[in-house]
Amino acid sequence: MSPTSQAYPSAWKRPPQIFTDPLWRRVIFSGMVLYLLLAIGSVEVNWARVWEGLERGQQFVMGFLTPDFTSRWRDISIGLVESLTMTLTATVVGIIISVPIGIGAAKNMAPTWVYLICRAIISVSRSLQEIIIAIFFVKMFGFGPFAGFLTLSFATIGFLSKLLAEDIEDIDKSQVEAIRATGASWLQILVYGVSPQVMPRLVGLSLYRLDINFRESSVIGIVGAGGIGATLNTAIDRYEYDSAGAILLIIIAIVLVVEYSSSLIRRRLQ
Amino acid sequence: MIDGLEEPVKLPQIWSYRTPKARFLIWLAWLALVALFVFSWQLMNTNTLWMFVWDAPTHAADIASRMFPPRWEYIHSIWLPLWDTLNIATLGTLGGIAMAVPVAFLAARNTTPSVLFVRPVALSIIVASRSINSLIWALLLVAIIGPGIFAGIIAIALRSIGFIGKLLYEAIEEIDKNQVEAVMATGASPAQVMHYGIVSQVMPAFLGISVFRWDINIRESTILGLVGAGGIGLQLDASMNVLAWPQVTLILVVILATVLVSEWVSAKVRAALI
Repeated sequence: MSPTSQAYPSAWKRPPQIFTDPLWRRVIFSGMVLYLLLAIGSVEVNWARVWEGLERGQQFVMGFLTPDFTSRWRDISIGLVESLTMTLTATVVGIIISVPIGIGAAKNMAPTWVYLICRAIISVSRSLQEIIIAIFFVKMFGFGPFAGFLTLSFATIGFLSKLLAEDIEDIDKSQVEAIRATGASWLQILVYGVSPQVMPRLVGLSLYRLDINFRESSVIGIVGAGGIGATLNTAIDRYEYDSAGAILLIIIAIVLVVEYSSSLIRRRLQ
Repeated sequence: MIDGLEEPVKLPQIWSYRTPKARFLIWLAWLALVALFVFSWQLMNTNTLWMFVWDAPTHAADIASRMFPPRWEYIHSIWLPLWDTLNIATLGTLGGIAMAVPVAFLAARNTTPSVLFVRPVALSIIVASRSINSLIWALLLVAIIGPGIFAGIIAIALRSIGFIGKLLYEAIEEIDKNQVEAVMATGASPAQVMHYGIVSQVMPAFLGISVFRWDINIRESTILGLVGAGGIGLQLDASMNVLAWPQVTLILVVILATVLVSEWVSAKVRAALI
């Protein structure tokens, strides 16, 4: 880039990797700075309140370091059982519903009208956040883990069907062709041509979703859909930071165990 | 021996993919899964009031009839919360990046000062941040530093550390060692090796990860208001508490539009980077 005919420069500066055009560079950076100034200017911080809160923050950190598992153990265990059962049932039901939808949303397996319907279901399920769905399900079905179960199942459908459909669309066509050449019906093509190709990944995705569902189950309790989130919310509202710390540690531990074991199983499958 | 020859080995007439033992084990695993499911279902629904479940369709129809049509005039009181939501996501992402980058360099095996002492600390920071949802962070921070946008920004930043930190440290571990060695061979100082050898290699991955997290943060910051951490969720909560369903519909439409736009922007930017 630099002209070689002139004196060789003694220092070299790394050229920019993005926005290589100098004019655009200036425009974009000044736009960013302007936005930042506006944004930071519009954030109102009550520093006195923050300063007061620091002490409480210190209490929370202390609570985190000296967690109290015993005094609220009954509530914690109820919440935990709700979360775990909700996670498992929702994942299983979600998989059972999302497999047909996933097959329907694969362009190479379904006629166009089925494809469009299934894609519509997927995009509705994906575009709404779990919390908002949970609020509505709680209003419809009453408080408790049943609403949470429905929320997680609904969210699982969007996630799993989309990835399954993409997987089915990416399969090796020649295997399907070979099965079809034997005179197999649509169902036989699905069982012998498609499912062996996508099965390992489907199992992997299901385990991954199990992991996500547990994480989400700890949150949707905040809006009344049962699970450990409800217990955590109560603990924080009552400023019982040692119990809250215990709950957070349990969540972190379970997430770690689920994540580690699911990655182990997935690695063995592939 | 001769007996064996006379009696030919009986081979199965029908070919099957798995041995009987493997099939039995798989069948057993399925049985265990079904049993676990039924058990969980029973345990979960011990306190479910089925009466509420059965009349849910009536409730749903009732809510739906109240939600339409959306109250479009209300949009003028949403602009400010929407701006706040955008700020929570953007400033939160920037804060998260500022904290995640050092953590990632401490966690990556090839840049950490000590694999034995510093790396586990950095990894546990990443794990703790990742396993706790931003809504829970917001819940904690609202209790600690009071309700408002500031709590939302910090919550988003704390949640982003884990995500950005994890993906970035994996990217750092995967860099091409030869380039680093070449820079070292010129007699560069450690800071120069970092700048010219490592940073330039992870830069595209880093920008992609950041934009991706920004997109997720927009999504999450729309609901942080439910626990009092500012933004459009605050309006959603307020509207729902006073049963103003037409306003709720409008807010949901705005949230949906925001999420779609941010997803589009992030997809475009990431496509341009790669």
